[in-house]
Amino acid sequence: MLLQVRNLDVALAGQQVLRSLQFGMCEGELLGVLGPNGAGKSTVIKALAGDLRVAGDRVEFSGRPLASWSGRELARQRGVMPQRVDVNFPLTVEEVILLGRPPEPAARSRGIVRELMDLLDIAHLRERLVPRLSGGEQQRVQLARVLAQVWDTAGPVLLLLDECTSALDPAHQQQVFSLLKRLTLERGYGVMAVVHDLNLASRFADRLLLMHQGHCHNTGTPSEVLTEKALQEVYGLSARILMLEEGYPLVIPTDDRRVRSYTEPGNPSCRQAS
Amino acid sequence: MVRDGAGRLAPAPALILLLACGLAVSVLSMSSGAYPLSAEDILKGVVGRLDDDVARMVLYDVRLPRLLLGFLVGAVLAISGALLQGLFRNPLADPGLIGVSAGASLAAVAVIVLGTGWLEGWIELSGPWALPLAAFLGGSGTVFLAWRIARRAGETSVATLLLAGIAINAVAGAGTGLLTFYASDEELRSLTFWSMGSLGHADWDDLAIAAPWLLLTLAVAPLLARPMDAFLLGEQVVGHLGYNTDWTKRAAIVVAGLGVGAAVAVSGLIGFVGLVVPHLVRNLLGAGHRIVLPASALAGGALLVAADCLARVIVAPAELPIGLMMALIGGPFFLLLLLRVRAG
Repeated sequence: MLLQVRNLDVALAGQQVLRSLQFGMCEGELLGVLGPNGAGKSTVIKALAGDLRVAGDRVEFSGRPLASWSGRELARQRGVMPQRVDVNFPLTVEEVILLGRPPEPAARSRGIVRELMDLLDIAHLRERLVPRLSGGEQQRVQLARVLAQVWDTAGPVLLLLDECTSALDPAHQQQVFSLLKRLTLERGYGVMAVVHDLNLASRFADRLLLMHQGHCHNTGTPSEVLTEKALQEVYGLSARILMLEEGYPLVIPTDDRRVRSYTEPGNPSCRQAS
Repeated sequence: MVRDGAGRLAPAPALILLLACGLAVSVLSMSSGAYPLSAEDILKGVVGRLDDDVARMVLYDVRLPRLLLGFLVGAVLAISGALLQGLFRNPLADPGLIGVSAGASLAAVAVIVLGTGWLEGWIELSGPWALPLAAFLGGSGTVFLAWRIARRAGETSVATLLLAGIAINAVAGAGTGLLTFYASDEELRSLTFWSMGSLGHADWDDLAIAAPWLLLTLAVAPLLARPMDAFLLGEQVVGHLGYNTDWTKRAAIVVAGLGVGAAVAVSGLIGFVGLVVPHLVRNLLGAGHRIVLPASALAGGALLVAADCLARVIVAPAELPIGLMMALIGGPFFLLLLLRVRAG
């Protein structure tokens, strides 16, 4: 077992955010974490990333309590991509990715950085300043930085990705998740990715963890978790589920709450324009 | 000069250029002043062959300690500014922000105004070091206080540190104001000069008090370069990259606090160096701390020595306070820079 979480409770400012959360992850598994806003998805990531303190041996990474790992060891085995990373200083793309590497000969890190820039389609941005890039480009740069941390690690690797494709266009979303999938298959990485796009999760995840109000509502394969009943209970969303030939379900929201018509009394100039 | 794709200068030539600038400015500073010395005199002085007694005294006991102190103070103000800007992830952060300058001012003004009354014992105890020592204790004391307030459950909150700094600044400012209110005319003059900053009293005694702390700051700050780089991506990322976040924060605060405390103690309040120099360096050389920290130190030292040189020459035989000089040069220069960036 790469990751074992038992009875994880987290309270933030007196508010219980996670309630006895329990799940496990194997090597080579892509776990998609789903759930409505405020369900506690980011809190799980933060607890596993060490941003929040977790009591005792509730979390085990590669068979050892998480707390017994040193920061330096973990930096090579566990990559974390927070939901937002704002860069206010004039760092170039290459410099940001290099931050993921430990002290080592420049030639070695440069090779890894170049490979990752090619894989994430940001090689042409190498010398550009990160604060001047678009949101999606910055997100790919951060992902490259996270991958750079673990790229040459022997042994178990865990990636904790909090909405790592939220600013990407559909083509790059597919590209990033294909890459992650390949890394789980070829290198045995464990990837835990918080995603909002149900169909993206359904297509790429081996297993899904559906969260609701701080606990695990259901976990299993995409076709087990993504049911009309579950979506209704957790999101309050009516949806049709189609089982595709490719072997994963497709979610089509059919929310019948009518969108209020704004054209009726509203602004006359708008009506004219349309 | 060599520029890369992001329009930056290559680090090695830039550092050599800065070092050359620093040397040139140093020679200029040694030679100019009320008693002019030629480059030949300085060269003779360096190898110990200067025969003129007056020239020797001017060189060894006036110009040299002043030059060294000016360079060290400028370097420390700039490197501390760079550290704190990284720590707060804000290019506008300044050593004054965490209360160093305000605390040091309060202590110094207290010594000036109350030196003949309540604080007589302190003056007797510390003799000629009364003022700088008090300022140093006041400055580092406030940083320590702000840091203690910001520490909760074993973690240092940068936001609380900033807010605590603002509150401490206000209280210390009020205390300084109150003392100013009670000061006599003569005391008022002396504290005005102190608050405008000056290297005019620099001697070997001052250097002996301040140099260990200044050198400590200059030696330790570059060791923090890697974790400080991680700080630019956010506090949490520092931990994800395997650095000890809290230890780094503590080290940066202590190093900057002690250094600036010592600088303020011997030279009064000198603004702008800590803000303008790292800003310029980042624009020219990039934001990586491995280059920003040493380059800021060199540039800050050279800039302060140059400003001191001007302050001595402009209204000779009198002297302008160097803090005033820095604000006079720094302010318009910074504005020009802003306008150019916006136009470009």
